[in-house]
Amino acid sequence: MAVCIAVIAKENYPLYIRSVPIQNELKFHYTVHTSLDVVEEKISAVGKAMADQRELYLGLLYPTEDYKVYGCVTNSKVKFVIVADSSNTSLRDNEIRSMFRKLHNSFTDVMCNPFYNPGDTIQSKAFDSMVSAMMVQAS
Amino acid sequence: MMEPQEEKPIIYTMENKPIVTCAGDQALFTSLYTPLAQQLPREPMEWKRSYGRAPKMIHLEANFVQFKEELLPKEGNKALLTFPFLHIYWTDCCDTEVYKASVRDNMMRWQGNLRLHGSADWVIVVVETSDAKKKNKTNILPRSSLVDKIRNDFCNKQNDRCVVLSDPLKNSSRSQESWSAFLLKLRTLLLMSFTQNLGRFEEDMRTLREKRNQPGWSFCDYFMVQEELAFVFEMLQQFEDALLQYDELDALFTQYVLNFGAGDGANWLGSFCSPVKSWTGLLLRRPIDMEKRDGIQRGQASLLELRSYLFCRQCTLLIFLQRPWEVTQRALELLHNCVQELCLLEVSMLEGALDCWVFLSCLEVLHRIEGCCDQAQLEANVSHTVGLWAYATDKLKSLGYMCGLVSERGPLSLELNRTVDLLAGLGDEKAETVHSLQSPYKKLKEALSSVEAFERHYLELSHAAVEMYTAIGRMRSARLVGKSLAEFYMRKGDPEQAESFLQNALGSYVSEGWSLPVTHTRKQMAECQKLLGKTENYLQTSALLAGDANLTNEERIHFCQEILTFADQSTDSKAQKVALSMSYFAQLKQLQFRPATATVHSGTALQVELCLRSLMPVAVPLEQLAASVHFNLEQGETNGKTRGPQRRPYPGTVLFPLGNSSAMPPSAAVPSLELEEIQDRSPSDPRTLNSTGMVCKNTHLVMRRRDSSPSPDTPNLVSPVPVVMEDGAKMLMSGDVTLLPGNNSIVFSVPSQELGTYTLRQLCATVGQVQFVLPHISPLVQYEVYSQEPQLTVEPLTDQLLAGLPQRAKVRLQTGHYTVKKGDALQLTNIDSIPILTSSSCPATIFNSTAERVDESVLFIQSSDKVTSISLPPTPPYHTLEFQLEVLCVIPSDPVRPENQRLTNGEIHHRPRSYSHPDNHMTAINQRMSVDCPWSIYSTPISLTFYIPFKAKHSLLSAGNRKYIQVCLQNVSDVNFHLMDQRLTEKHHESSLELQSLNTKAHQLVCSKQSVYCVWDVRWKENMPVCLQCVFSASFSSASEEVSAFKPYHYEFQLERVTTLYSVRAEIMPAAGQQNCHSGSLCGLEMSITRLAEPDDDEEDDGGTEEKGQTETEEVCSTKLMYEVAGSSWVVYGRSSGLVSMPADANANHRVQVELMPLFAGHLPFPDIKVFKYLPPSANSASQPDTDSCVENGMLSLIDRPLDDQGDTASFCSQGSVHSVGSGEQQSRVLPMPRLEPFSPGQVFNHSQGCQVLVLPSTDDCVLEINAT
Repeated sequence: MAVCIAVIAKENYPLYIRSVPIQNELKFHYTVHTSLDVVEEKISAVGKAMADQRELYLGLLYPTEDYKVYGCVTNSKVKFVIVADSSNTSLRDNEIRSMFRKLHNSFTDVMCNPFYNPGDTIQSKAFDSMVSAMMVQAS
Repeated sequence: MMEPQEEKPIIYTMENKPIVTCAGDQALFTSLYTPLAQQLPREPMEWKRSYGRAPKMIHLEANFVQFKEELLPKEGNKALLTFPFLHIYWTDCCDTEVYKASVRDNMMRWQGNLRLHGSADWVIVVVETSDAKKKNKTNILPRSSLVDKIRNDFCNKQNDRCVVLSDPLKNSSRSQESWSAFLLKLRTLLLMSFTQNLGRFEEDMRTLREKRNQPGWSFCDYFMVQEELAFVFEMLQQFEDALLQYDELDALFTQYVLNFGAGDGANWLGSFCSPVKSWTGLLLRRPIDMEKRDGIQRGQASLLELRSYLFCRQCTLLIFLQRPWEVTQRALELLHNCVQELCLLEVSMLEGALDCWVFLSCLEVLHRIEGCCDQAQLEANVSHTVGLWAYATDKLKSLGYMCGLVSERGPLSLELNRTVDLLAGLGDEKAETVHSLQSPYKKLKEALSSVEAFERHYLELSHAAVEMYTAIGRMRSARLVGKSLAEFYMRKGDPEQAESFLQNALGSYVSEGWSLPVTHTRKQMAECQKLLGKTENYLQTSALLAGDANLTNEERIHFCQEILTFADQSTDSKAQKVALSMSYFAQLKQLQFRPATATVHSGTALQVELCLRSLMPVAVPLEQLAASVHFNLEQGETNGKTRGPQRRPYPGTVLFPLGNSSAMPPSAAVPSLELEEIQDRSPSDPRTLNSTGMVCKNTHLVMRRRDSSPSPDTPNLVSPVPVVMEDGAKMLMSGDVTLLPGNNSIVFSVPSQELGTYTLRQLCATVGQVQFVLPHISPLVQYEVYSQEPQLTVEPLTDQLLAGLPQRAKVRLQTGHYTVKKGDALQLTNIDSIPILTSSSCPATIFNSTAERVDESVLFIQSSDKVTSISLPPTPPYHTLEFQLEVLCVIPSDPVRPENQRLTNGEIHHRPRSYSHPDNHMTAINQRMSVDCPWSIYSTPISLTFYIPFKAKHSLLSAGNRKYIQVCLQNVSDVNFHLMDQRLTEKHHESSLELQSLNTKAHQLVCSKQSVYCVWDVRWKENMPVCLQCVFSASFSSASEEVSAFKPYHYEFQLERVTTLYSVRAEIMPAAGQQNCHSGSLCGLEMSITRLAEPDDDEEDDGGTEEKGQTETEEVCSTKLMYEVAGSSWVVYGRSSGLVSMPADANANHRVQVELMPLFAGHLPFPDIKVFKYLPPSANSASQPDTDSCVENGMLSLIDRPLDDQGDTASFCSQGSVHSVGSGEQQSRVLPMPRLEPFSPGQVFNHSQGCQVLVLPSTDDCVLEINAT
């Protein structure tokens, strides 16, 4: 399960970012922000020719001592970043993928809301509860 | 016996080769060794693998050693490297005797040994040399028979186990063939042996692995077994397979650790959980770290040692595989993983020891990679190494903090002790790196030894990491490292160095809208700026932080207080006030004008209400809030009449888009497109569109490069925007305002004396020494002060004014800048045709500029002959005074000439000021008045249009000598009228004339679009006057009004030549013997023209025409007439027209007969008979038009001819026959043209007008058309 989930706009500002332990919030912000470097690198590395059949899932962006940062980018260059605890070794790639899929679906729902203005921070309760379900429950 | 190449195999180098033992004739083998060793690996061999593994091409090499029994593996020996894969027996025996005597026994012994150890991988090589054959000719057997013998003796159905090598040392084709066959066999057998033995080994290994859940199983033992396999693969240069073995071991171990973490601990893991005593880091310079391997073998290795050894092996293999970048990637994973595993296994370790290990390992991996790659390769793959650099930097930093090397004071004794402990765990430097100056070991030791050395190493690493990140475009990572450098500098008390790093990082976070990092970095920035004494910047940052919602209230109040404290400092007044951007401090949310139009006439009060949202956490007392106003005098504004208050596109409220507070993403950084439609119209015709399109008005903003430094107008920017308050402009001031947190409303009164446009440019809030300035107010906020000239308009109350009836018109006076004083009056110059119906007073209403009713008043109207004076009530400027006037337009009695009247010079006669209403054909009259207004020396012309509701027509009707006058009055308006008192009078009141009304009704209703006809009988006693001038008069009133005064209507007309001069009577007679006329057959028309009145009447009549006079004097008392017969249903036989000469005496009669033929049957109307006055050509009318021009008029040219023939006239007259005229055409040419003149309508009376005659169809031809469908 994730410890931090972020949705980042095409312009690289956070549309949504939530992390579990409040005291580490800042650190997660830094981590997610830095991970954008790798996201950009991966997007450009895939190349223009492959852009069509490109897989949205970018895989492990970069590991740190404590966390693993996974990324996913939509066709409209909205990025999803999931930070998982490194000690949580039971997390498989497939689970991460399915988390991204869920995240993407929920994000699509948010975008479909006619009252949502694309580019605004996400305040949808449905999205929030979906993210909560994917987060490590803070004990 | 011992061969020189036979050495004790050193298995720990990569020069290992599979062992092949050689028995038999050693001398023979020695002679063949060199070509054999050379040729064996020359050609690859396909190695088919078990378990579905892909076949591989493999170059085989072998280490040929002399056969010894000790070499054969003992039972249970798992060592594969020393395992002899193939045993060869060499012999060149060709003598059966010798074979039988010694060789066979030797072979038997050899075989027995092999069999004893279960080894089936052997081959017997029989070398056959032609020299040997020659030597011993006697006992020579054919070679094949010896080989057969050997095969028979040893190769039990395995004939391929015996190979013949012919003349191996000769350079013949036979020898080469033999060699290649031999080598092929050798390779095949070797591979077979590999497959078999390795398969068996793997089988054993697998069995061992399956037992891993049994107690007593040891990972270390298993490790050694599987590593053996890896060694063999490595020996066979199958590095891929070798790596696979290590990866399997790695995964197995990892899984055990994970299981341990999940509570499923294996016993053998206990040895790995023991406290770590040594953290020497990875050692990658040796292919195999025997020291660690021994530790593992003994089961005494620590987790770090096992991991180190495993990685060292993987690294070696990866480098063999030319995959150095995988090494770096795996290294980073390994280090992270180890940290996690140590934590998971709860291995106790000295604090910082792991950091040392990671640091050393990172550097070691980097060194190893640097050692095997050239510089260009390294630079191209920075992205693979930079992670290790950054990790090392990070670890060194935490070590530095831990050991007190970062603080300004230097390390404490506790920290020194820790350093010593850490260094102790490093042990001695390994032999490989003792002489290297830059070994990781030396670096770490040095860095931990002193504050200065630490700083040097840390900075070196940090800068390297920043540079690398920058080089590969990972700017965010670079800035993060930079930020931690800044933190380091701040700890060292060096804020100058820190500032630029913080600035970079902050800029990046601000531009990408990451609010939390922004807040955090900004806090560091504030600290840094405070230390640096950059007051202005510090205040700026403080203002931002005070308004930052991410901070706690206490922190915000602290920063706010910092500003207020500074503001309160009583510095000398000379000092420049510090100007800060307002957007940090408060947001302008809304601006509202009162009145909302934002357009006032000069002198009016205009208020502006600002809504400022203070971002400060506490109330801030402002000394002054000022708005600077730019004044622009627009020319032409002052007298512009249309520049009314409606011009403003937006209502009085201006909403300002929410400035991006630090919590919001910088969507403002990407400005939205401002699009506008453009239309290109052709200059000649503005209705034609040449092209149309959209333009983006703010391309300069949208297209701006955004990757470079963030735009300076972003309010959250790090460096302060130079905010300058413009001087010299007009200011709106408001003193002593206290801005409470949240929305505040401040009202300004706005000056509005001077005319022009005022633009609000800047806003400035002053708090002591600090000014908060909003440099641009956007969108544009403007208000206008205007002045207007007084204006007088008069417009009809109804959509059209009717002439003849009293009508109401609305007079509107817009006072503009003029104040109507008491006693001011409008002077209307009267016109006769449009009197003002004066009641002495009428009500008036005064409206203010927003069309609200303000006052009501009464006007006094005085009328004299020439002037109507309307005294106005006092009215303030920019008000509207409205009242109604009743006016009447007299219908002119001289009729407005309708269109059907006569032509003069081909133009329609128009009265100048009248025209016809386009819709209902009412005749319109424009009436102009001039009004003298008190504010101007010029009089104001006013124009009103009235429409005449009636249209009158008259006609003269005759019945023989009697005359009737008919007047038709048509109501062309939309109103119904009552009509009475229709009267017809003769203007001159001739006594002999009597007009007797035949009208029955005195009172009539004329509905809209209806007509009324009135008829009078004209009687006279003596001579009828030549000209009758009549006046029709009637009284009318609108039917809708109950009590209404009847207004007169007059219609004047003139009738001339009323008297009947001639009567015409016609009769149609059927052909002789017929009772009725038949269609298609001739019948006769007899017409008789009778003179009824004396000709002198005629003379008076035509008094103007001299020719007539002459004619009459020459031809005594006779008048020439011309008749014409024409009818659409008749055909005239012979001439249809002719001249008759009428004697002058009354009752003179003339008869004419014409032959006709009816074209149809039925009651046919008589043909038309027209009579004209014939005026013969006169001599003095010299200039006659050419005859040709008259030819067009067929009728006239027809009459022309007989006229010339004077002599004919009599016969003409007597007979009335047309036939007589026919000759003498030639003479006529030169003579002038005669003229025809029609009679007035009443002068000729046709008795048979409207008569009909019955025409029967012709009997024979009756055509009936039947259409059958």
